[in-house]
Amino acid sequence: MATYILKRFLQLIPVFLGATLLVYFLVFSLPGDPIVALFGDKPVNEAVAARLREQYHLDQPFWIQYLLYLKGIFTFDLGQDFSGRPIAAVLGEVFPVTARLAVMALIFEAVFGIIFGLIAGLRKGKFFDATVLIASLIVIGIPIFVLGFLLQFTIGVQLGWAKPTVSSAATVQDLILPAIVLGLGSFAYVLRLTRTSVIENMNADYVRTATAKGLSRFRVVRVHILRNSLIPVITFLGADLGALMGGAIVTEGIFNVPGVGNRLYRAVTQGEGPTVVSIVTVLVLIYVVSNLLVDLLYAWLDPRIRYDA
Amino acid sequence: MRFSRTSKALGMVAIAALALTGCGGGGSNTAGGSTGGDASKVIIADGSEPQRPLMPADTNEVGGGKVIDMIFAGLVSYDPSGKPVNELAESIEGKDGQHFTIKIKKDQKFTNGEAITAKSFVDSWNFGAAAKNAQLSGAFFESIKGYDEASAEGSKVETMSGLKVVDDQTFTVELKQPESDWPLRLGYTAFVPVPSGALKDPKGFGEKPVGNGPYKLADGGWQHNVQIQLVPNPEYNGPRKAKNAGVTFKIFQNDDAAYQDLLSNNLDILQTIPTSALKNFKTDLGDRTINKPYAGNQTIAIPEYLPEWSGEAGKLRRQAISMAINREEITKVIFSGARQPAKDFTAPVLDGYSDSIPGSENLKFDAEKAKAAWAKADAIQKWDANKTFTIAYNADKGGHKAWVEAVVNQLKNTLGIKVEGKPYATFKEARNDATAGTLTGAIRAGWQADYPSLYNFLGPIYKTGAGSNDARYANPAFDKAISEGLAASSVSEGNKAMNKAQETLLTDLPAIPLWYQVAQGGWSDKVSNVDYGWDGVPLYYNITGK
Repeated sequence: MATYILKRFLQLIPVFLGATLLVYFLVFSLPGDPIVALFGDKPVNEAVAARLREQYHLDQPFWIQYLLYLKGIFTFDLGQDFSGRPIAAVLGEVFPVTARLAVMALIFEAVFGIIFGLIAGLRKGKFFDATVLIASLIVIGIPIFVLGFLLQFTIGVQLGWAKPTVSSAATVQDLILPAIVLGLGSFAYVLRLTRTSVIENMNADYVRTATAKGLSRFRVVRVHILRNSLIPVITFLGADLGALMGGAIVTEGIFNVPGVGNRLYRAVTQGEGPTVVSIVTVLVLIYVVSNLLVDLLYAWLDPRIRYDA
Repeated sequence: MRFSRTSKALGMVAIAALALTGCGGGGSNTAGGSTGGDASKVIIADGSEPQRPLMPADTNEVGGGKVIDMIFAGLVSYDPSGKPVNELAESIEGKDGQHFTIKIKKDQKFTNGEAITAKSFVDSWNFGAAAKNAQLSGAFFESIKGYDEASAEGSKVETMSGLKVVDDQTFTVELKQPESDWPLRLGYTAFVPVPSGALKDPKGFGEKPVGNGPYKLADGGWQHNVQIQLVPNPEYNGPRKAKNAGVTFKIFQNDDAAYQDLLSNNLDILQTIPTSALKNFKTDLGDRTINKPYAGNQTIAIPEYLPEWSGEAGKLRRQAISMAINREEITKVIFSGARQPAKDFTAPVLDGYSDSIPGSENLKFDAEKAKAAWAKADAIQKWDANKTFTIAYNADKGGHKAWVEAVVNQLKNTLGIKVEGKPYATFKEARNDATAGTLTGAIRAGWQADYPSLYNFLGPIYKTGAGSNDARYANPAFDKAISEGLAASSVSEGNKAMNKAQETLLTDLPAIPLWYQVAQGGWSDKVSNVDYGWDGVPLYYNITGK
């Protein structure tokens, strides 16, 4: 097991190098000179521009820029953004906010998705089942920004139950509405996944045996049906955490959440290469690690699965 | 942002579909005056994250500019109409437009207790101009003698020879050549003094600026990407005294979110109503809105280095294009009155503005004359019927697509040529081609005044070799008229010469003026006494609670 985990961690190295190289190259290839853009409509002062280019290594060819960036990472210096602040500090500000938002969305979609999915699965074909199926289809069909604006306007502006945008502290309470919007799409998937899985397991031999043994209905559902049905759901949720963090750009924009997405968007439009690469790399690492955790959870949920070195 | 582009596009469609409601412009709806109001209210306003550290000479965009303007005071500040009034200056004297003697008021201090002397100004300006400090707005000092030496690439010179400290309260300025409107510029944020600590550690200072303005940054007030909190500076005694208990700029990535916040009273004032809400905001906000022209305009620059657009034929073609655009219709239908049709190259709020300069008839819609001018140009140099005339714009912000498409359609219909809008994904790409001189067609251009002067709309953009001369326009007659205006003995004499120079521009049309900008903002029902300045920025210091 330990060897397996070590192996998986070693795999992070090529993933990390590949991701930084690719993203750095993409940002490098973006048309337009970010330093010229800093001057806006105003005349470009060449002496000033040259100095700034030098400061951000923008006067160097691609490989040198990339290697300088890598060198920075190993000396724990990610460089600076255009406002002269260390990128590490920027990451430290935005990631906790988005992590809070993503985890809240994940909890929302996991709890409600699994409960609703379980009930729907157990009562297959009944009224509740039909209702949630249709509702989840609608949620999946509507783009997230439409849902976002809709909830923001009705709940935030008209009913006044929540603020339409988050406050400066981005507290858990502020983030409830954005988290629901962010998690809604995945919620529908989790629900459907759980439902299908439950229906499948209800007809399994071991469930029939358990019932025949005289176990209580509750125990059959909890231990035999639910636990086995969760395996595909956990895979989905694990992969979804990374997607939620990276995919929060739209939701963060609507609710003005000062998180990763907002900062990333600005860095891309301004052509701040190192900022973009740093943010994306952390996102990639989160994605990879959460996938690893899912694989380990597998073994715990299903004793038949064992990882060998 | 994916959604915001889409939603803005939806908004545009809605606006374009609007019937002619005909609420053309209208007067400014100012709460005005400074009577009454609750002075204990902290005003929540919309802002954007400053792009650079908050150093006055390094800030050239609105997000940082708004803050700098409030935490610093310069020699003069502008009153709401754009007239300069002395702030730190006791007097600014100069008879020949080239040599100035500036006296500053006694006992002025930064909020850290450091005294503001003539040396503070001279050091700050030298710092801003010197190449080694790489300050974005360094070019604002270009008129001062010795600027070229200090700002040259790799220069070791760090001071401008034109600045001399006489005593604690006095310094003199020598310009390279006479510029009668130079004192008008001194209210721009690049000209404010900074404390000596700022020059030693500009980066650290830019995080926690210490100023001398009507406000100061609260302790830990700049929460990056979240908000910037300003509190009143009790020692400030100039014309912009704070009438509230502070201003907090909440940072928004998109205006739509800010508008929702305004609707639910979480935001007190929104500087610019987003395009998507232009249709509804008057119903949503009632009389809590403003519609006031400010010193900015929109044009289409057509580079003269393109063969079809050079020489006599090019001039006639540009006149044809100009007369083929129905500005009245676009400002009404697309902008619902949020713009005013242009009648010159400047802006109506400026001192010296005239709407009837000879040649301004070239900016009037006249399909017949436009066709005639085009035909005349064709007689000189044939327009290739397969050629497409493109109008480039940046699609990332500003909502330019709708009006560019409207102009495209008008040109197609009137002149019968192929025309297309050419979107650049980002502003920086568009600027890149414009500054490099590699445009393949026209490009939208706009100008926001840095200081209230006609010259600011003309010199930096159309003078031969000027930095923002995207069209690469060069006409000695225009340059000569501008120089005469700068050498004039008074601002009003100067303005006459500037408008004379505009006559040349209106014939040559290196850029085609489209419309003047109008500020359209709104406020919550918790505040009153809202008015906007000449530059389209709310006078935050004047806003009070109800």
